[in-house]
Amino acid sequence: MSSGMTMSEKILARHSQRKEVRTGDLVECDISAAVVLEIDFSLFPWPRKVWDPDRVWLVADHAIPAPTITVANDLVRLRQFARKAGIKNLIDVGRHGISHVTLSERGAILPGEILANDDSHTAAVGALNCAGRGMGALDMLYILCIGRTWFPVGPTVRFIVDGKMPPGVYARDIIHYVAGKYGAFPNHNVEWFGSAIQEMDMSGRFTIATMCAEISADFALFECDETTLNYLKKRPQHPFEPVAPDADAKYKATYHIDVSNLEPQIALPDSVPNNIKTISEVKGIKIDQAYIGSCANSRLEDIKVAAEIVRGHEIAPWVRFIITPGSQATYLEAVEAGYVATLVRGGAVVTNSTCGACFGGSMGLIGEGETCISAGTRNFKGRMGSLNSRIFLGSPAVVAASAIKGEIADPRDI
Amino acid sequence: MIRKLEGRTWKFGDNINTDLMIPSFALAEPEEKQPKYCFSANRPGWVDLVKPGDILVAGNNFGTGSSRPGAKVLKSLGIICLLAESINGLFLRNCVNYGLPALPCPGVFSSFNEGDIASVQLEEGKVVNLNSGRVLATTALPNMLLEILAAGGIVPLLEGKGLLDKAR
Ligand code: SF4
Repeated sequence: MSSGMTMSEKILARHSQRKEVRTGDLVECDISAAVVLEIDFSLFPWPRKVWDPDRVWLVADHAIPAPTITVANDLVRLRQFARKAGIKNLIDVGRHGISHVTLSERGAILPGEILANDDSHTAAVGALNCAGRGMGALDMLYILCIGRTWFPVGPTVRFIVDGKMPPGVYARDIIHYVAGKYGAFPNHNVEWFGSAIQEMDMSGRFTIATMCAEISADFALFECDETTLNYLKKRPQHPFEPVAPDADAKYKATYHIDVSNLEPQIALPDSVPNNIKTISEVKGIKIDQAYIGSCANSRLEDIKVAAEIVRGHEIAPWVRFIITPGSQATYLEAVEAGYVATLVRGGAVVTNSTCGACFGGSMGLIGEGETCISAGTRNFKGRMGSLNSRIFLGSPAVVAASAIKGEIADPRDI
Repeated sequence: MIRKLEGRTWKFGDNINTDLMIPSFALAEPEEKQPKYCFSANRPGWVDLVKPGDILVAGNNFGTGSSRPGAKVLKSLGIICLLAESINGLFLRNCVNYGLPALPCPGVFSSFNEGDIASVQLEEGKVVNLNSGRVLATTALPNMLLEILAAGGIVPLLEGKGLLDKAR
């Protein structure tokens, strides 16, 4: 008798019309939805005909409104292509957001589905029990033409996260802790279980799923539970069928984590895996910039945490504190909740929703010798600007506390 | 059929990421200028030394990072094959899609000194160090991927099927 399947394997089996898939298989799957970013249309020749225009989302997110002529021209082509191919799902300036944030807000992808997106943080949708994996521009071209693509089936590992989250500690700290303790999981799927995950809101699950790209995971899946269904209730939907792991699913490894005594976890510059310290080991390092944004931490909950910490305080005079909501919808909610006013009063800059500073794209770059504490996704050398700058990563609470103190700070001390 | 690949090797370590192949600042430059910044952060000057027909030998998790087309940059610098202890999944896709033969090959890193000549038989998953005579047998790429490589990548493959617009 063969053993059961993990969530990742079940989704791949379903979409490749197979009874089962196993580690080492290469499967060809149909795609539930495809996201193509603005930049792609200058990278490849156009398809004669798109396989299913209603399943394609064209998203302008990396640097908008256009900061350069190159980007402006990419956007021209994006709009031309939408018209030519008859694609209605065009996410353009004014209704925009980071693809991983805004697509889930719009109910574009649902549990049990497969999302293809030409961006390395596509695993983010795993929070919704949906399999997403970063692709390249040419993968997207193939999918636009044919609606299918191939996936190697990697081994799956699982994390069972139990315990009660201490105050001042967030989902971001859990994934940093995992990256510090267990390193990277290239070509592996990772799945998340346990009481701390069950109690976590969708925002936290999105943070973890997104950051799984930094530990080089393929799919990063969460179960579909009450929290997921409540999140989806507020959004447009089509019929969907979640997956749960079989009772005898074969995991390559199981890691147990107890968060009860977890401290804020900080990634040191240049990489995330095996490069994490606790806040007490790094606090006091002087900063020039603090940034909350990116597909990992730009949701309303993240902005709320920042606003609550900043309320009644001033940003240190030598610090630029930049907050970039993940979508226009989130931006509006943050305005209506008063968070934007609190942050601006404290001396922060709340920007338009785009990838922006996360990849040193359109704004918020850091210069020679500067240090940034960031809740963005990546800290590669030069990611946010100068090759001679340093990026530390931490939760939005750490970033906000640091912005006030002007040095890397523990939010529990504010 | 892909011909037997043979070339001089360059060695790179573990976790070589896509930002090293195309730094963020180079993304703003026209595409044809991007290759000259390849590995400028970790190995300045390398782009002037690499020659068409060379082969990369690397450590674990080669190509980790973003979906920016690092494979295309390597190809345009004349690299004909990538051999690594392990290759990041997204990067392997990009290699296949741009028609750059890439083979995960455990043991390859310690089997080559930089400059040794490698001979690669992709269909068999066989790698030989022609200097030491050492032979490494690894798992060949699945046929689906070999077909894309044999076509020269995704664009020629789709062109062959008549699925692409000739002019925009
Ligand atoms: S926010 Fe950053 S990590 Fe996320 S998609 Fe944009 S550039 Fe990539």
